[in-house]
Amino acid sequence: MTLARDSIARAGRTSSAGLWTRVWTSRWCYLFMLPSLVLAGMFTFYPMVMSWYFSFLDWSGFTSARTFVGLDNYRELIGDPLFWDAFGRSFLFVIVAVPIRLVLALLVAILLNNQALKLAPVFRTFFFLPVVTTAAIVGIVMTFVLSPYRGPVNQALVGLGLIPEPIDFLGDPHTALWTVMAVEVWKNFGITMIYWLAALQTVPRIYYEAAKVDGAGRFQLLRYITVPMLLPFAAIIVLLTANATLHVFAIVQAMTRGGPYFATQVIEVYIYQTAFAADQVGGVPRLGYASAAGCFFGVVVMVIALLQVYVARKAAQVRAQLVNE
Amino acid sequence: MVTVERSPTQPVTRRRPRRRFRITADHVPMTLISVVLLAVCFVWVYPFLWMVSSSIKTNAEVFSGLGLFPKAIRLDNYVRAWHDAHIGDYFFNTVFVTVTSIVISVLAVSMMGYVLGRYRFPGKRVVIGLLAAAVFLPEGYTIIPIFDLINKLGLQDSLWGLALAEAGGAHVVAILLFAGYFSQLPKELEEAAMMDGAGFVRIFWQVYLPLAKPVTATAIILQFMHSWNDFLLPLVLTLNKPELRTLSVGIYSFQGEYFTDWSGMAAAATIGLLPIIVVFLFLQRYFVEGIAGAVKQ
Repeated sequence: MTLARDSIARAGRTSSAGLWTRVWTSRWCYLFMLPSLVLAGMFTFYPMVMSWYFSFLDWSGFTSARTFVGLDNYRELIGDPLFWDAFGRSFLFVIVAVPIRLVLALLVAILLNNQALKLAPVFRTFFFLPVVTTAAIVGIVMTFVLSPYRGPVNQALVGLGLIPEPIDFLGDPHTALWTVMAVEVWKNFGITMIYWLAALQTVPRIYYEAAKVDGAGRFQLLRYITVPMLLPFAAIIVLLTANATLHVFAIVQAMTRGGPYFATQVIEVYIYQTAFAADQVGGVPRLGYASAAGCFFGVVVMVIALLQVYVARKAAQVRAQLVNE
Repeated sequence: MVTVERSPTQPVTRRRPRRRFRITADHVPMTLISVVLLAVCFVWVYPFLWMVSSSIKTNAEVFSGLGLFPKAIRLDNYVRAWHDAHIGDYFFNTVFVTVTSIVISVLAVSMMGYVLGRYRFPGKRVVIGLLAAAVFLPEGYTIIPIFDLINKLGLQDSLWGLALAEAGGAHVVAILLFAGYFSQLPKELEEAAMMDGAGFVRIFWQVYLPLAKPVTATAIILQFMHSWNDFLLPLVLTLNKPELRTLSVGIYSFQGEYFTDWSGMAAAATIGLLPIIVVFLFLQRYFVEGIAGAVKQ
């Protein structure tokens, strides 16, 4: 982290003094960090710790009694097919949606990074627009856009003769998950595009100039300069995109509420319904069980993230070698 | 818009079919790429255009075709959404929560970034370690403890609880943006201010914070996007409390109750989305910087 470097160090003035003197001279620093630390403590660290504690409880609602049941929730979770189905759906979501989003966003970013494209800022604005909009509201709008009852998408597809009759994109269990994925890719595409653009801008232009002098074509520039230079960023971008794709609660809940017949019940929707919407499926809310599912899922995500960080480090080394050569 | 696709640039590609394999970004005229991208962009934002146009149509006209221009402009959809569906109340709830959470979080984050960027003090490594932990440790299902905490603080029946929860969290990206920016500002400013007798707080408030306007704008925008668009937190914190709903939760519930009134729904959705779209169009540099910040760190 850049902070550790501390370009403006106060060390010279105070390092010879004792610890308590240094703490006292820095009292304003601590006071200034207090609001931020309190907010982080209340809404990041306390909930983190408590959700582990809650995962060991049998607890069916905020007003009812909490009973400590140890690892029972986890034992039940491992044998719960609904949980594993939701878990699998979330990973299917990542495996399908992330590569599509990464590749399409990279292609568009390379196009928009071309300085000869005068309208690039305008296109960037258009592609980024869905990102800033409210996922829950967009989800509801999309249920109408995709409606089988003369919704615009079906009208356009039927009008062009691409499909014989309207498709119930969100109502048919066979198409619902794919449709939700497509909408999610469309909605968050712009984030990945901005990541790629930021990465592309770090590639020194002089490399391209030099390669062109050596007679390299566009494809060779891409193959031998752009791709290797982007590799370390790619690892981070994959990590950020995959992580975001595992957290798609708002748009899925707004579009399908996990239905039809659980077809779009990704892990976050499953956990939410276990904790807060159990009455809709005729059960009691299970806050402890939902916490256990959340913690289990969180650990899996962390392990994957750590693996990716490891890969990113390796990629950075490869890039460093290339730059040195 | 559709006619744009048939542009005079098309024959240019036909002129050199033999060099097909060599046609690359260098050779294809930029105008052709621009025209194709323009068409793609139109389709890309079509759902929003359709939503806005539906909000001024009659219910019968909404599903009559793909056209975006209504026969007559109907503003009664907005009146219905604003009053009958309480979208007006939800709008003001959202504004309150968003503004309050921006004030709280940006103040806290800028102070934290200032100290981390400009000072060395015992325990600094611990604080940086905590920030890293906030990013990497598994979250669990934090909404349940947050709900529990808001109840324990007695804030469950007012919008203050929601505003505080929206402002809460570690805000690592924003803190790093501030710290990086403050660390590059010259030290002489501080020394000059100290000669004039300014204390720690005044040096921050009157000398350095005013210099950090671009980062402050980015931090405000990040928080604005977060608070205005959030769904799970307001959904859970306002369960059984319809009067506290924000726009996203209000419209989500509206979907269940007024399912057939699509033009009213489109008006409600437009009220929910238009403010953030307008802010984005005017201040998009800061949106982009906030998003790109995650990669650059």
